[in-house]
Amino acid sequence: MTASADVLAPSRLRRGATRTGAKIFVDVAFSVLLFMGTIVGVIALATLIWTIFDNGWERLVADPAGFLTSYVSRLPARAGIRAALVGSAYLMVLTALFCFPIGVGAAIYLEEFAPRNRVTNFVEANIANLAGVPSVVYGLLGLGVFARFLRMGPSLLAGALTLAVMSLPVIIVAAREAIRAVPDGIRLGAYALGATKWQTVRRQVLPAAMPGTLTGTILALSRAIGETAPLLVIGLPIVIFTLPNDLRDPVSALPLLIFDWTSRPQPAFAAAAAAASIILLALLLAMNAVAIFLRNRYTIRW
Amino acid sequence: MRSPAGGEPPSITRGKARRGERVIVNVLFICAVLSVAVTVGIVAVLLVDTVSFFSDSSLVGFLTGTVWAPGQGAGEGGLYGMLPLLNGTLMIGVGSIVVALPLGLLTAIYLSEYAGPRVRGVLKPTLETLAGIPTVIVGFFALQFITPDLLRPIFGDDRVFIFNAAAGSIAVGLMILPIIASISEDAMRAVPSSLREAAFGLGASKRQVSLRVVVPAALSGISASVILAFSRAVGETMAVTIAAGNSPKMTWNYFESIQTLTASIAQTVRGEVAAGTVRYDALFALGMTLFLMTLVMNLISARIVRRYRQVYS
Amino acid sequence: MTEGRTKVSQDEGQRQDQRETRITDVVKDRGVEDHGPTEAVFRLADVHVHYGSFLALRGVNLEINKNEITAFIGPSGCGKSTLIRCLNRMNDLIPGAKVEGKIEYHGQDLYGDGVDPVEVRRRIGMVFQKPNPFPKSIYDNVAFGPKVIGMQPGSMDELVERSLRAAALWDEVKDKLKQNALAMSGGQQQRLCIARAIAVSPDVILMDEPCSSLDPMSTGRIEDLMEELKRDYTIVIVTHNMQQAARVSDRTAFFTAEATPGTGDRTGLLVEFDDTDTLFTQPADRRTEAYVTGRFG
Repeated sequence: MTASADVLAPSRLRRGATRTGAKIFVDVAFSVLLFMGTIVGVIALATLIWTIFDNGWERLVADPAGFLTSYVSRLPARAGIRAALVGSAYLMVLTALFCFPIGVGAAIYLEEFAPRNRVTNFVEANIANLAGVPSVVYGLLGLGVFARFLRMGPSLLAGALTLAVMSLPVIIVAAREAIRAVPDGIRLGAYALGATKWQTVRRQVLPAAMPGTLTGTILALSRAIGETAPLLVIGLPIVIFTLPNDLRDPVSALPLLIFDWTSRPQPAFAAAAAAASIILLALLLAMNAVAIFLRNRYTIRW
Repeated sequence: MRSPAGGEPPSITRGKARRGERVIVNVLFICAVLSVAVTVGIVAVLLVDTVSFFSDSSLVGFLTGTVWAPGQGAGEGGLYGMLPLLNGTLMIGVGSIVVALPLGLLTAIYLSEYAGPRVRGVLKPTLETLAGIPTVIVGFFALQFITPDLLRPIFGDDRVFIFNAAAGSIAVGLMILPIIASISEDAMRAVPSSLREAAFGLGASKRQVSLRVVVPAALSGISASVILAFSRAVGETMAVTIAAGNSPKMTWNYFESIQTLTASIAQTVRGEVAAGTVRYDALFALGMTLFLMTLVMNLISARIVRRYRQVYS
Repeated sequence: MTEGRTKVSQDEGQRQDQRETRITDVVKDRGVEDHGPTEAVFRLADVHVHYGSFLALRGVNLEINKNEITAFIGPSGCGKSTLIRCLNRMNDLIPGAKVEGKIEYHGQDLYGDGVDPVEVRRRIGMVFQKPNPFPKSIYDNVAFGPKVIGMQPGSMDELVERSLRAAALWDEVKDKLKQNALAMSGGQQQRLCIARAIAVSPDVILMDEPCSSLDPMSTGRIEDLMEELKRDYTIVIVTHNMQQAARVSDRTAFFTAEATPGTGDRTGLLVEFDDTDTLFTQPADRRTEAYVTGRFG
């Protein structure tokens, strides 16, 4: 007993009293390990970005206008992303048009109007499951239902519908969270004035939830833009020399092109793929920046 | 601001019919139910062609065959054993978890228990950015850096194929790292600080508190994140197709090229595939396999989260 | 002015004497006003309220008179808020809430067939415990009600101004009507909520502990406001603050909660309902006396 009393005496509060050197070393080593483990992710990201730029920057700045405005070619030096870039832009707009209203509508219904019963629970569980379905399976859905069964073929319409369906669960979740964040006092205040439920939702809840909803939507769309597998499976073309005029026209997409060029052995195509990746990353950066700007500027601080 | 005129009591019976509102609510209901239609669509489209596939090709052969060699031409006379593809998928799945779990967990512990707000302010967006990189670009990174500049210098050019499962695993691992890190971190932060304080109060060091108190308490969330990440790795297509190759085979050598279920679908559609052929139907059989695998894993993950959420609420 | 008479029983302590005197001073200062013939706006007969299987309130019988301030007082958990929410059918929004008995509003059954809760709430407004202005401009907050109920005021600007004046807020905000309501202080926000309620020309204004989250200064202003408002509206107020009830209300209802035999639930019930002066100075029930003299609650 005397020994431990000795060890725990107040005068021995300095480091090393009960924690031996070995233990302290382990503690410090652990912190270092943690930091290094975390840094690996950061380094990986940095290396990835560096690799893309290292491979693609020269190709891009050598002839940026040409790169952006030329169609694909067998010669890597002449190949450009025009059709793919325009195609991606069209796809994004059309996808947004489809999935935003439906996603927000579903979210409003589930948060404000749905009764707590088995049907509602089933719908909610279903949406949660859809969020985890691999993108290639959505591609198969697009192929079987939109392209073949509904005879849309590998078109802008089929591509946008497929991407929209894929983005729907994400938007529903984001919109629901934004709606839930609106304090109940607002609803009660509106009801107490004699507003109906829909009037309350439309004029108070939804406007207040809009910044969060838009942020989530933009993030969902930015993910959709980078998706290759669904469009690949539907059969959207990589080699195409026209821009779409009609919903039923075939359309290409940037990630599809990157995939094709990456798969080619010639180093010049690798450079082209990297250059196209820079453009794609820039696009994503811009969209995320807009989303974050919206969130910071317009979110209501209750 | 006087009350409504003198003697007449204010009417409180239903005024103008608000039928318009009922229509609106019905429209909203349809929007919600559309999600069910999507699931029905997926299941239907997969089922129809899977059934068609198994009318031409044996189910047993599919589940146990070790050769995947779709027939050429009209699609007849091919071998459709999916085991090599499943093998490839599992290799990538396990390999990516081997990469992502330690790194993700370390990151989560660091962010939750050690890092200050400024560091978090830098690290969390970095993680989100990593998660947001399109998979084709990660695939490019694997092909142009991981294999030539990392794996081959370390392990030798003759051992490491140009397309190999290791590069695919690392690539997918980087993509699922944010999932494990983020969800595990949330689970750890949700551990009540009273537990930590009790341990600190007994003289435990931060390491001991993190490893012996927080991580065990957050284990259900961590497990759920791992299963979710694995599910995501199974469903991953492009990075794997680019980096790991297109050679379906039964192997455990990570330096060889392999083919996953997803890559097989991607490769097949790049070529000409006529509708109604066995090759075409095979796509949907593979899709059905993927769908079922990820569905089961997502359900298990959700069940774990649900069951253990009550512990601390 | 009638002299209030203190009722002193032999076994009351010094402290209780003082507290009683203070109440009676308050009551004395207010004096008795002549309302003229009173008309009942609400008549409650044997009202019970269940939340699911839990009996929250039982056997309530009382009337609310026109252009009077009626206060519900009592300790926590005795059903005061539950009851006031029945008067504008806000309880409908709580799943599992069931109201039995009869609540008559100007002779009509408030819970009768064909009665639309939305129409009810247009006539019977409510101000909540925690101010809940909309995250919009001051102007839009006040204009919201008239807009959604389809009022066509000659001039919305005038309607907004009149409402803000009636809520004693106009002078403070007349230059900044476009400013976001959330930027105002708590007391201002609450007065904005009152202006918002007034804008739809209600018949009755219900107030559920309107001052409990405000500082004493703001509380005082709102109490003064209530005195003016009762000229045009009928007011029902739930309050934890006995002195406030004594200060502002014409009639007071005292509630308490007692265990229901068999379930162990604490069910609210109306103990006594009378002119405020009488209730505070000569309570008929022992329980009322105990509460108003501070022996419990």
